Amino acid sequence: MRKILIIVTGLLLPSLVWGAGGGYTFPNDEIEIDWNDKAAMQNGARTFVNYCLSCHSAAYSRFNRVGEDLGISDELVRENLIFTTDVNGHKTKIGELMKTTMTPEYAEMAFGTVPPDLSLVARSRGVNWLYNYLRGFYVDESRIGLGINNGVFSNVGMPHVLADLQGLQIPKYRIQDDGQGNEQEIIVGFEIVKAGTMNKSDYDKTVHDLVAFLDYLAEPYKQTRKNVGTGVIIFLFVFLILAYALKREYWKDVH
Amino acid sequence: MSENKNSNGLLGWIDARFPLTKMFEEHLSKYYAPKNFNFWYFFGSLALLVLVMQIVTGIFLTMHYKPDGELAFSSVEYIMRDVDWGWLIRYLHSTGSSAFFIVVYLHMFRALIYGSYHKPRELIWLFGMFIFLALMAEAFMGYLLPWGQMSYWGAQVIISLFGAIPWVGDELTLWIRGDFVVSDATLNRFFALHVVAVPIVLLMLVVMHILALHEVGSNNPDGVEIKKNKDENGIPLDGIPFHPYYSVKDLVGVVVFLILFSVVVFFMPEMGGYFLEHANFVPANQFKTPEHIAPVWYFTPFYAILRAIPDKLLGVIAMFGSIVLLFLLPWIDRGKVKSVRYRSTTFKWLLVMLVVSFLGLGYLGALPVTETRTLFAQIFSVGYFGFFVILWMISKNETTKPVPERVR
Amino acid sequence: MSSDEADNSRRRFLTAATVVVGAVGTVAAAVPFLASWSPSARARSAGAPVEANIGKLEPGQQIIVKWRGKPVWVVRRDEKALATLEDSGLTEKLRDVESDDSIQPEYTKNVYRSIKPEYLIMVGICTHLGCSPTYRPEITPDFQGGFFCPCHGSKFDFSGRVYAGVPAPTNLTIPPHYFISDDVILIGEDGVA
Repeated sequence: MRKILIIVTGLLLPSLVWGAGGGYTFPNDEIEIDWNDKAAMQNGARTFVNYCLSCHSAAYSRFNRVGEDLGISDELVRENLIFTTDVNGHKTKIGELMKTTMTPEYAEMAFGTVPPDLSLVARSRGVNWLYNYLRGFYVDESRIGLGINNGVFSNVGMPHVLADLQGLQIPKYRIQDDGQGNEQEIIVGFEIVKAGTMNKSDYDKTVHDLVAFLDYLAEPYKQTRKNVGTGVIIFLFVFLILAYALKREYWKDVH
Repeated sequence: MSENKNSNGLLGWIDARFPLTKMFEEHLSKYYAPKNFNFWYFFGSLALLVLVMQIVTGIFLTMHYKPDGELAFSSVEYIMRDVDWGWLIRYLHSTGSSAFFIVVYLHMFRALIYGSYHKPRELIWLFGMFIFLALMAEAFMGYLLPWGQMSYWGAQVIISLFGAIPWVGDELTLWIRGDFVVSDATLNRFFALHVVAVPIVLLMLVVMHILALHEVGSNNPDGVEIKKNKDENGIPLDGIPFHPYYSVKDLVGVVVFLILFSVVVFFMPEMGGYFLEHANFVPANQFKTPEHIAPVWYFTPFYAILRAIPDKLLGVIAMFGSIVLLFLLPWIDRGKVKSVRYRSTTFKWLLVMLVVSFLGLGYLGALPVTETRTLFAQIFSVGYFGFFVILWMISKNETTKPVPERVR
Repeated sequence: MSSDEADNSRRRFLTAATVVVGAVGTVAAAVPFLASWSPSARARSAGAPVEANIGKLEPGQQIIVKWRGKPVWVVRRDEKALATLEDSGLTEKLRDVESDDSIQPEYTKNVYRSIKPEYLIMVGICTHLGCSPTYRPEITPDFQGGFFCPCHGSKFDFSGRVYAGVPAPTNLTIPPHYFISDDVILIGEDGVA
């Protein structure tokens, strides 16, 4: 039986190569999110409420929960994070959900679509995708009205809202073989044509922090989950020792 | 139970009115199980454990969930964020469904290698297969409830399978959905079936599965009947009481399982998109199909068979056929020897072929279709069906090794 | 089977230890399930303190404000009503005159059971079995005005103090509250000290 298993494993290994494929996107950097870096997440939260929340909601998340988790006092949350209002024009209360003030009807009219809720975007898209997407806007005059395109999400409908920070950039292309004998033009880099208020590394840091906040927003209880898990597993190991000793004790009768 | 030892006290009072001690003895302390159970024999009790966990976590989820097309998705996120410990209860339930299938597949494989479906255990196998079927229905309907993109389009695709049935297909899919597309009506009925109807059926089947098992006694890795060799008291020489010996042994199995289970629940609840698919974090949208639809991993082998066949009706027939063949296994395998330990090398290679085909199909079923992959899926489908065909042909006159009189 | 004495005590010890640790684990596992019944973040947010404008309230009038899903009465008591409260003819019929056994913030533990004598802010839920009493401002010979619960006939005076000999055990509850300004109160939160 064992011999058979070894042969089979050997035969199956080549099949692992199948996985490759997919379209080409640029940029394609990877980031690490440090859940202990509350300062980065606070910074991201600020960017989020200033640039994203005007059109997008995070309608499963509450302001006070964000404050509590990121170590921001209720007072500071009211001052620095809540800029939205309810239908009567009163400032949104701290325990409320993070909903945009923009109505779906208005959004439909302005953008042709309702901007998606961002509570879970880090789980559906992944943090790397977001990091690259927010850095992948480039000038594309062929797109009437918007004038921009994106190296990660081609023909995207969202305007480049962070353009005043990043500035505007144009792509550098290279011709390459697509693997099936056809030539395709791919983006290999960007060049800034109109400077923004930030340099590249500051902008990357801003986007990184924003993505860190979105990652937090997608699973606010992630840290608790891991902490509880560690305790549970330690307990189970202690229990395992006992259960195993008990089993051995009883099974003396059988052997 | 001719004499009642506990005729005094509370237990005696109960025993005079309800067979508590009798049941305890029949199913635990005087149920004699073969002493040579190995690792593979953990999965039966683990399946029971997971069933109980699913029921408990499921009950608590229904306390907060809203089966409504407008509210379902956000009620799940409400559970994850606003309900105290809701995230844990939900992850236990979502991980539990995958764990259920892992445990059940291994449990079924155990029956396969040690011939636990052979006479006199055909009914145990059949009840077990019905449990598997009910479980698939339960999992499929449960998967619609989060009302994400994958829930929605997965249900759309699977319900459309019934459309392949000649003449009544279209009417049937309409009737199942209760609307022209998967909608609020579908969600509501799936919810009722998922939380009430199917669990009741499942529990009944589990009771029958266990009663049938305890009637004929457990098989074992040697595939010999321990009831053939009894001592003067009528107790099998190679049997030991389930309680305490297997209760303490299974407890070890349970704790090991819980450790592995906790690692997933607490540290990787999405399991890289296999247990919770990424597209399911986007609310259901009936105007936009996700780029790539794949069922959850436990359905992918059957889904791959469906896709491997370039004809809608034949594909559906092949998919259901692959499950029907499992039902017929006790009659397809005409061998007299139960355990793989004493069966022919051909049988061992057949098992390998089955496992490789099944895993291969499972892997392919999760990926988008390409020509090469379809070819491989066809090869593996042949391998899967080939197992049953070849087994039927070779098992009647199989050259086997001598089976020992007693377990080793 | 071995019935060795030392073995048996070891066996008993291990069994007991496993049962105890297993029970601890089970209880710990039950905690999240039980805790999931406590008010969720949504319920807590909906139960946040509410503002009420009392500027237009005339003497003798009552308004009802919803706080945590419960009716909270704001009553502007007139001179006549206030005068009944210290009348010994009334107080000797009451069960808990000093509100010692009743629930109210420390700053309303007085004869008026309020911050400003005129304005009574009170949870409109009978302390007997949770019905909502009605406001009865008319002063009659046998009832000196206040609140009457139609469910089981409990009577309360203009301060929500319960009469003796009725089913309700304690005075009506006063919620935490404070005056943001002369015209606006906030119900559900103590004022800053």
